[in-house]
This record gives sequence, structure tokens and C-alpha cells, in this order.
Amino acid sequence: MSLVNITGIVRSEGDPHIEDKGPSSLTGADRLARALGWFSIGLGVTELVAPGRLARALGLDDKAGLIRAYGARELASAIPTLSVDKPVGLTARIGGDVLDLGTLATALHRNNPKRGNAAIATALVAGITLLDIAAYAGVKAAHRREPGSDRNYSERSGFPRGAQASRGLARQDFQIPADHRAEGMVADGLPTLVA
Amino acid sequence: MKALVWHGKEDIRYDTVSDPEIEHPRDAIIKVTSCAICGSDLHLFHNLIPAMLPGDIMGHETMGEVVDVGSAAKGTLKKGDRVVIPFTIVCGECEQCRRGNFSVCEQTNRKKELGDKAFGHTTAGLFGYTHLTGGYPGGQAEYLRVPFADTTHVKVPDGIDDEKLLFLSDILPTGWQAAVQADIQPGDTVAIWGCGPVGQMTIRSAILLGAKQVIAIDCLPERLSMAAAAGAITINFEEESVVERLNELTGGKGPHKCIDAVGTESHVSFGQPDTILDRAKQMLMLENDRPHVLREMIYVCRPAGVISIIGVYLGLVDKIPMGQAMNKGMTFRMAQAHVPRWTGDLLRRIEDDQIDPSFVITTKPILLTVPRCTAPSATRPTGASKSCSGPDPKLEKGGIHVPRKHHWDRPFGG
Repeated sequence: MSLVNITGIVRSEGDPHIEDKGPSSLTGADRLARALGWFSIGLGVTELVAPGRLARALGLDDKAGLIRAYGARELASAIPTLSVDKPVGLTARIGGDVLDLGTLATALHRNNPKRGNAAIATALVAGITLLDIAAYAGVKAAHRREPGSDRNYSERSGFPRGAQASRGLARQDFQIPADHRAEGMVADGLPTLVA
Repeated sequence: MKALVWHGKEDIRYDTVSDPEIEHPRDAIIKVTSCAICGSDLHLFHNLIPAMLPGDIMGHETMGEVVDVGSAAKGTLKKGDRVVIPFTIVCGECEQCRRGNFSVCEQTNRKKELGDKAFGHTTAGLFGYTHLTGGYPGGQAEYLRVPFADTTHVKVPDGIDDEKLLFLSDILPTGWQAAVQADIQPGDTVAIWGCGPVGQMTIRSAILLGAKQVIAIDCLPERLSMAAAAGAITINFEEESVVERLNELTGGKGPHKCIDAVGTESHVSFGQPDTILDRAKQMLMLENDRPHVLREMIYVCRPAGVISIIGVYLGLVDKIPMGQAMNKGMTFRMAQAHVPRWTGDLLRRIEDDQIDPSFVITTKPILLTVPRCTAPSATRPTGASKSCSGPDPKLEKGGIHVPRKHHWDRPFGG
């Protein structure tokens, strides 16, 4: 449900309206990260709500508690993944993927009758891991500086007359307005104290 | 016309929208010649400010040429006038405007009922900002409708570049007010947190007002280099303790005046554990702002000192040490800048070569490419201190400095 529906806030009638949508600041990596964040929420809720069913499907009957804990981890990583701090969330997701793969590996032995399910889950998690890594690389690249692009603005004083000559220049013709004054001492108000 | 339009979190688009028209006799339409990106735009970009709607046009640091004037504004404006548009829309008539408190004008928020609910009592209407302050379309567009145009403009002379004048719209008077409301006196030590564009203007203002010692705090070397260029002593908080260094520079007494030019999105790092907690709370919507700077200022400021807040805060903040503040007898002053109160004086100082605000421009994109430059500069400021865009394709992207060139070379939209 949109904010408009919830709050009743609407744009004013005379304001310019969109005639044609143009290119967006959102990158492909941003969109992928967002999708992975929502995926985390979906998986996290499932793991929290039905850990026993998942455990049985994978032949990991004794690991329902662990799967529930993984659900909490998924939700915790979803929050930063959906925020502007995507690299933090995606790093957490990649770490979680490694844990998931490690846990699933214990279900791939020949004696597990659900080995087929575990193999499919392993393949899915491996694929998701690749997407997590791709999203992480994409969002990090958007904020990376080119090598050798260090900047130095030590020539930009903003004072055409020079920094030293500018110190106190405004005091010649500017008084702090009365409603912005905060200085003063008790002695200013009670001159007899210091007389 | 073309405009940069907010569609959601991190989603700014270069859309075609309908042209603005005169809606009220006090309106004017300006053809935009320059518009800058502000730190507040990044709060919108991150969707931290509530009540933005898809379709809202960004931008509140605008200047241009008047191309149409409503009947009631013709006494003060005419076609062809060159104007800077303050980010605050002011009526000039209400009690607050008459007192010079322009950013809390009582009449210009056209969604006053929302402002009353959100703030207790409404504040002024603002361009390119939340609907809590009127939701007025902003200036990152080819044309801008200026409501209350007869009082919401600064006429500027020909013969001075846009780059020198543009920042009269916001960051120069904002930095000036940060210094003025701190009541800076000769002999004061003034500590300024944040060396972004507003912090840089605050540093210059503090020096013009005669502060004996100006200390600039940030973690980005290029920003600190710009602060040092004006004569500030710099502290990189990732390399040294702010509290220890400030005490060392003030004989153990702390700065007389502390100015917060950071606001809601303070830097998050393991060296400042409270910022991690704040960030987590912010993500969970348990807190609106990350007020690390406020906590540090209250702790380190000299007793009976002044705390001036000019960085934008949005809502609820946690763990503010009011016990320290009360017992130390701090004075707090804060506001969105009352822009028109200072612009006449500051324009004269620009003309008089006391200050040239264009020093802060590091990037000059054309409008089309702004979404590409907004995104990477948003999450971590990279020293691209200030971007100002022009819709005129002749304003080539070369500008003064173009950071992360690969973004400019990359085909748009992908």
C-alpha cells in the first residue's frame, strides 16, 4: 500500500506531472541487492515459522533449532541489505551462505534418504551465493574511487584576500543581532560586583 | 521540461514533466541556470525524511532568470531579472517573517495542517522537500515556479558568475547563521563538526567573524584539506581522539562554541560504537537520527558554552546527555537558516571579495547526469563537496572536478 493511501497525502494539483519516465539512479546491483533483501525476509520468516518441516525435508531432523536460528540471521541480514548500507547486509548474507552450505553438506551423505532434496537446496544456495557476490561487487564498485584519484583542496581557501587577512573582516561592519547573542557574564549584568 | 524526480529510496529519475505555470498572482516562473545538490537531498535520496511522494521534483539551491511574473509580483520582479531563490519560501508579512525568523514563516506551507501535526506548529514552505513543508517542486529542473516570488528571491547583478552567487540560496547563509547563532566573539575557540559544504561555509564565517581558533572535525582528508586552506586546525576523528585533541587545543577547558554541521547522518564507525547502535535503531525505525555529534559536543564543550546546530535533524534522537548539558549551563541554538535575513549582507561580501563561495564546487554535471552522481556520493561522501548542475547541455561535465569518472562514462540507466 502506498504512502498516499495510508496517509492521504497527495501532490498538489497544479504541480508538474510526469509525462515520460527517464533513466534512474538505481543501478542493476541496487535492484539485485533489494531483491536479495526481500528474499532474505521470505526465507527468514519461513525458517522461523516452520523449521521442523524444513529440517525433515532435508533429512536434518535434529537441526530444527539451528534452522530457526538461521531464520533470525536471515532477517538480521535483510535489514542492512534493504538499507543504504547494502555492502554490510550483503557481507552478512555471504557469510550466512557459507554457513548454509556447510550445514547442507552434512545432509549430502549416502545414508540420508532426503539427499536429493539436500542436493537441490545446495545448488540453490550456491546460486544465491553467486548472486550475493555479484550484488556486493556491484554496489561496492559504485562507491569505489579510481586509483590515484586522491584529492587535495588545500588551495581552496574561499578568501580572495587570503585567509589571514580575512580573519575578523566582518567584525568591521557586522554586529551579532540581539536575538542571537549568548555571550555575557554575571559581571556584565551586575557591574558593581567587579567595581 | 526535464526534471530530476524522486520516485523512492535511492531512485531519482531524469523525467519529462509538464511545465510549471503561474498559479497565484504572487508567483513567478524562472528559467533555471544552476541548481546545486545539498546534503539534505541525500536524506531524501536515502528516504529518511517522511512524506515524500513519487513525482516530487528535487532541488532547493536554485538560481535563474525570471521568465514570467504574476500580477502581484510585478512591483518587485520583471522578466529578465537574474535571481537566486532561497530554499525557504517566505511571505514577508507574518509575525515570524517580521521578526526575521524566515524559516518558520507562518503562511507559506501550503500543507499547514501536516506541518502543524508533524512539528506542533508549521514551519515555512520549502522547495524540493517533504510534503510536511509543503511539497513544493524543486529547482533541479529547467523551470521553477516560485510561490510568494515578490518576497522569495534575491536579485543579483550581472557580471558575477552563477558559481559565486548560487550558494546564497542555502549553504552560505546557512553556514553564516551557524556561526552567528553561536555568537562567535574574537578570542573564541570554535569547533565545527563536519567539513561538508555547510561546514566549509561555517568555517569561513567563523573566521570572518574573528574567531581566534577554528577547529574542523571530519574523517575525509580532502575535506580537511579544504578546511585547512581557510586557516582551520583540523582533526581527523578516525586518526585521533576528538575529545583529547580539543582539550589539548584549549588548555583542557574545551571550545567556547561548538557547531554541528553534520546532523542526522553522522559517520558510522567501530571507533564510535554509539553510531553503530544508532544505525541499527535507524534501520529498525526505532530512532530517526544518529546524534553522535550532539553527544560529543555536549561532552566536550566548555561549561556555559554555546551549542549551535545547523546540520539537519529529522525527528527523534536517543541518549542525549541532558544531565551534562543542564549542569554545564549550555546554551542551545538551532534552526533551518533564515536565508533572506542574511543574503543582502552576504551578497555585499561576495561583491566586496571578502568571500568567494565557489571554492566548494568540485563537480559540474549537466542535469541528465545528476542521478548518476547522486548515487555514489550519497552513501559515503567522497570529497565531492558540492555538485551544481545546469540544465543547459552547453554546461559540459568537465567543470572544476569530476570525481569517479567511470560513472560519467558509463551509459545512462544501466
